[in-house]
Amino acid sequence: MPEAISAQEATGGLSVRDLSFRYGAKTALDAVSLDVTPGCFCALLGPNGAGKSTLIALLTRLLVAPGGDIRIAGHDLRAAPRRALADLGVVFQQPTLDLNLTVRQNLAYFAALHGLPRAETPGRIDAALDRLGMRERADEKARALNGGHRRRMELARALLHDPKVLLLDEPTVGLDAAARQSITDHVHDLADQGLCVLWTTHLTDEVRDTDHLLVLHQGQILADGITGEIRGDTPLSDWFLSKTAVQA
Amino acid sequence: MSGFWGVCRAIVGREFLRFIHQRERFLAALVRPLVWLLVFAAGFRAALGLSIIPPYQTYITYETYIVPGLCAMVLLFNGMQSSLSLVYDREMGSMRLLLTSPFPRWWLLFCRLLGSTAISILQVYTFLAIAALFGITMPPLGYVAVLPGLVLGGLMLGALGLVLSSFIRQLENFAGVMNFVIFPMFFLSSALYPLWRMAESSPLLRDICALNPFTHAVELIRFLLYLQINWIALLWVIFSTLILGAIAVWGYDPARGLMKRKA
Repeated sequence: MPEAISAQEATGGLSVRDLSFRYGAKTALDAVSLDVTPGCFCALLGPNGAGKSTLIALLTRLLVAPGGDIRIAGHDLRAAPRRALADLGVVFQQPTLDLNLTVRQNLAYFAALHGLPRAETPGRIDAALDRLGMRERADEKARALNGGHRRRMELARALLHDPKVLLLDEPTVGLDAAARQSITDHVHDLADQGLCVLWTTHLTDEVRDTDHLLVLHQGQILADGITGEIRGDTPLSDWFLSKTAVQA
Repeated sequence: MSGFWGVCRAIVGREFLRFIHQRERFLAALVRPLVWLLVFAAGFRAALGLSIIPPYQTYITYETYIVPGLCAMVLLFNGMQSSLSLVYDREMGSMRLLLTSPFPRWWLLFCRLLGSTAISILQVYTFLAIAALFGITMPPLGYVAVLPGLVLGGLMLGALGLVLSSFIRQLENFAGVMNFVIFPMFFLSSALYPLWRMAESSPLLRDICALNPFTHAVELIRFLLYLQINWIALLWVIFSTLILGAIAVWGYDPARGLMKRKA
């Protein structure tokens, strides 16, 4: 039986209870439950095919599971999808920029999709770009940006509507080491400022010892806790390999 | 409510920006009907004799006859082009952005439909203007009266495109479906020949043409261009738009359709 979602969990952050999903006969997620509190950077670590992208698709309502509960900042995604999605920021694994539009046009389009008042939009865009040091690129076409800057722009966009929960699906794929470090550091800072962050990855070096760690493997949660406590004295990469290799 | 209009303005505006960036697409969309009008129609003018049928009150040239069909052809190709870009968007990920907007999905899809229809209509009017330059003209008020018919026809064919895009998983599958949809729809209609002509060779084909919603879009446009309303065509187009729209919303329901299978 799924646990009831407590009042504390319902006030903020991200809560998932007993979430399962199948693609035909193949089980992608099997009774997954997790909690990420506000101000927490939670790394969802899993090998390729573990079910991370399916989980993100369910959390963003691109897919709907037949059962289970998802609450985003206290809003039930099934019963109140508008309010839940309004509090959710997402950076997808696939690039979602319109390369023919400028940075500003891309952000303005997103602002309208989220129903932000038109008068507020320019100010919000400037603030979001300032936070990521990209103000001077605002009028360039997205096509002119390198991979790292495109990612930063997607991050700026995901924060435009002041979400309470931020999902990032393998956001560092295809980036060089410096860009990866920069994005990882920035999102950790956002969590320190009170944002609830769920960051999916298969790269152990993106996870800090103080981060909340969830390990997803073959559609199930293998481990849930503080990274440093989970891995003990073993390097995280070795610990992760041993856990996922045994089950493979 | 302002958020609803804001999101619609943004989606339609994005369609226009995309359109501006794809000038080749605009030219291609114009060349196609113009080739039909100026080459095909010229060649077939002698072969296809036309009697006087409503809404025409006199003998007309074959070029004049096929103009409404070619207007609908622009709407048809654009509707399909738009759905092709939806499949592309889905593969590229930008569709995810649209669908994770907190606004209701049916509204997002409707706005997308409205955007592609607006662009189709712009192309139709450009085509009509070029046709007029070649001396193929309609009653002046007909150009205004036809607008609601173009909107309805555009919405119907755009909705058909949405339906197709919701069931086509990958871009590679699209070409085949285009052949199975565009050509039968176009040729099994009254776009190029009146239905009585078709009945002379095959009553069955005529009946199929009479059921084809594209035929009714063509006839709706044809009558409106001559300041008349073909009520059966109007009702048939509205009915088809509603049915196709409902299927599209169903196809894009997150609990089924769209992304049920992994890309």
